[in-house]
Amino acid sequence: MSHDIARRSDDGGSWKELPKVKLQRMNRRALTLGALAVSGALALTACGSDDTSGGSGGTNTAAAPDTSNIKCDDAKGQLLANGSSAQANAIQTWIKAYTAACKGVQINYKAEGSGAGVTAFLQGQTAFAGSDSALKPDELTESAKVCKDSQAIDLPMVGGPIAVGYNVPGVDKLVLDAKTLAEIFNNKITTWNDPKIEKLNPDAKLPDTKIQAFHRSDESGTTDNLTKYLKAAAPDAWPYEPGKAWEPKGGQSAQGSSGVAQQVKQTSGSISYMELSYAKDGIKTVAIDTGASAPVEANVDNATKAIADAKVVGKGKDLALELNYATKAEGAYPITLVTYEIVCEKGNKAETLPAVKSFLGYAASEEGQATLKDQGYAPIPAEINAKVRETIAALS
Amino acid sequence: MDISPSTTAPPPPQDAQPKPISHKAAARGATRPGDRVFLGLSRGSGILLLLIMAAIAAFLTYRASIVLSKNEGNFLTTFEWDANAIPPYFGIAVLAFGTIVSSIIAMVIAVPIAVGIALFITHYAPRKLSGPIAYVVDLLAAVPSIVYGLWGALFLVPHLTGLFSWLDQFFGWTGVFEWQGGAPRSLLTVGILLAIMILPIITNVSREVFRQAPQMHQEAALALGATRWEVIRMSVLPFGRSGIISASMLGLGRALGETMAVATVLSPSFLINASILDPGGGTFAQNIASKFSEATEQGRDALIASGLVLFVITLLVNGAARAIIARRKEYSGANA
Repeated sequence: MSHDIARRSDDGGSWKELPKVKLQRMNRRALTLGALAVSGALALTACGSDDTSGGSGGTNTAAAPDTSNIKCDDAKGQLLANGSSAQANAIQTWIKAYTAACKGVQINYKAEGSGAGVTAFLQGQTAFAGSDSALKPDELTESAKVCKDSQAIDLPMVGGPIAVGYNVPGVDKLVLDAKTLAEIFNNKITTWNDPKIEKLNPDAKLPDTKIQAFHRSDESGTTDNLTKYLKAAAPDAWPYEPGKAWEPKGGQSAQGSSGVAQQVKQTSGSISYMELSYAKDGIKTVAIDTGASAPVEANVDNATKAIADAKVVGKGKDLALELNYATKAEGAYPITLVTYEIVCEKGNKAETLPAVKSFLGYAASEEGQATLKDQGYAPIPAEINAKVRETIAALS
Repeated sequence: MDISPSTTAPPPPQDAQPKPISHKAAARGATRPGDRVFLGLSRGSGILLLLIMAAIAAFLTYRASIVLSKNEGNFLTTFEWDANAIPPYFGIAVLAFGTIVSSIIAMVIAVPIAVGIALFITHYAPRKLSGPIAYVVDLLAAVPSIVYGLWGALFLVPHLTGLFSWLDQFFGWTGVFEWQGGAPRSLLTVGILLAIMILPIITNVSREVFRQAPQMHQEAALALGATRWEVIRMSVLPFGRSGIISASMLGLGRALGETMAVATVLSPSFLINASILDPGGGTFAQNIASKFSEATEQGRDALIASGLVLFVITLLVNGAARAIIARRKEYSGANA
C-alpha cells in the first residue's frame, strides 16, 4: 500500500520537486532569457516614448541655428543650471549651438521643474535658474544671500502659447471664449452640443457626446497660466484662485503635458490644455474669441503679440512681466506662458560670470530667439528683448 | 595581555591576573581576533539599521512638524492639497482613501491568482511546465515600474472601456461600479495594474512555502483516500497559511508604495467617490511624485508629512501581519 503511494507520487511528477541542481541551472538560463525579454521591452518602450515626443525632439535637430554671431569672449568652464521643463527644449537647442561655437564651455541644464530650479539657485548650486514664474518677494529677499547683497532678477527669455487641444470627431474648427472654457473645465458645460458652445460655433456639427475635460495632475506652470487667464478673463465663471495646482474638484487628469496629450489623443470627446508643441497628431486646437475682430488661433506669432501687450512689473533691472490676460488686441493669443532665466544682477560668481553673460546673450540675440519658432515657442517681442539684452550686458 | 591564545593550554593556575578572563572566555567560547571583528561588524550593522530607521523617522517628523504647525486645513480631513500657498491648506484624507482602496483592490485580485499559480507550479503542473511558468512569473518582477506605467497608460487603459461599461451595466446599481463614461483611469485601473505588479512576489513566497509542506502529511492524506484537492486543502494550505499571509503583506507593501506606475495611469482628483470606476482619490506616493518638482520648500515639507503617514500605515500593516503570523506559529513552516 505505502509502496503504491510512493510510486504514484513518483509518477505524478508534479508532486515531486525538481532536483535542486537542475533548478538552478534552468534558473540561470531563464534569467538570461528574462534579461533579453526585458531589454527588448525597454527598447520597445523607448521607441514608443520617442514617438510621442518626436515632434519637439525632432525639431531640435531640424533647426540649424546660425551660430556665426555667438560671442564667446573669455567664457569657459562648466555652467550648471536647473529649472523649468517648459523651456527645456529651447535651452537644449541653445546649448547645442552655443557649445558648438564655444568649445571651452559645458552647460548642463537639468529640467527638474521651476520650483526645484529656484531652490537650487537660491542655495547657490547653479549659475542660473529657469522658471515659469517670476520670483516671489520672499524669494527675492532670500536671493541676497547668493547674490552677495545684490538681488536676483527675472529675464523673460522664452514665450509659448498654451493650446487648448480637443478631440471631437467631425469638428475641425472650434471657437471658445474664456467663459465657456471656464465652464467646460469647471464641469458646468458637460456636453459638446451645449447651446453656449453652439452659439460660438454656428457652422460646426457638434455631437451630443459628453465632454471629457482633462487637467494636469502634477503642478505646472501651464496650469498656472491657464487658470490666471480664466480668472482674469472670466472671473464670474472661474471662482478659483489661479495656481500651479488644479483647484476645481472633479474632471479627469493626467501627468505631464505628454500625459494629457496622450489622453486627448486616446479619448473621443476630450479637451485639455498643453504647450503648443504637444498639440499634434489628431489633437486640434481651439481658437479663442477674445473680443477682437476675429477668433485668435494658438500659434507662436499670436503669442508674441500677447507678450508685447504685457507690462514690466519687476523693479529696477528685474524684467518680470505681467501679461494682460484679458487682452483684446488684434491677433493676441491670451493664454501665453512666459518663462524666465533667473540670475543675480550683481554678485555672480566670478568663474561663471563670463559664460553666463555670453550664453544668455546668445539666447536673447536675434539668432537665439529665431530658433524658438520652429519648436513651438514664441520669441520675446523686440521691445522687451532689447531690455533683456541690455540687462545681460550689464550683469556683474 | 595574552588573552588571544586562550584556546591553547589553560593558563597556569598561579597567575592570578588572566584567570577570570580565561574563565569568561571559556564561557563565551573562543574569542580570537576574527571572532571579535565579526562580532563588532555584525553588531555594528544591527545598530546601523536602527540608526538609519531612527534618522529617517526623525527627519520626516522634523520636516513635517514645520509645515503642520502652519497648516490652515485639517491634516487628516481636508479634501485639498494647496501646500504651496501661504498659508498652506492641505489634508491627506483623499490620499489615504485612494492608497488603501487601490491596494485592497490589488490584493483582492492578486492573492487568489498568486496562490493559484503557486499551487499549480508546486502541485499540479507537469515537471516540464512548472519550471518555465515559475520563471515567467519571476520575470514579471524584473520589469521596472515605469514600464508597467507606460503599458498601463498606452495599452491597458484603452482596453478597459469594455470591462468598465459591463460593470456599470450589470453592477452599476451597487454604486461602487457606477461609471460616468470618462477615460478608464480610476482606482480600479490602478488596482488591476498593481495586482499584476505584486503577483510575482506573492507567487514566489507562497510557492516556496507550499514546496516545504511536509511530504509525510500529504502522503498520509493520500493514504486516507483524499483527492489531490483534498490533500491541498488538508495539508498544504493550513501549513502554508502564515506564508501566504506574509507573502501578501510583502505584496501589499509594494502596492502601498508604488509610485511611477500609479502616477502614469491614475487620474487623481481631490474628492472621494463611492464608485471605483470614476475619478476620485489619489495615492500618497503618486501625489508626492506629481507635486514634488514644482513644490516650494514648504510644499515639499507638506509632501514629506504625507510620506510620514504612509510610513506609519506601512508600519501598522507590517505589525498586523506579524501579529497574525505569530498567532499561527504552530503551523508555520515559513520563517516569517
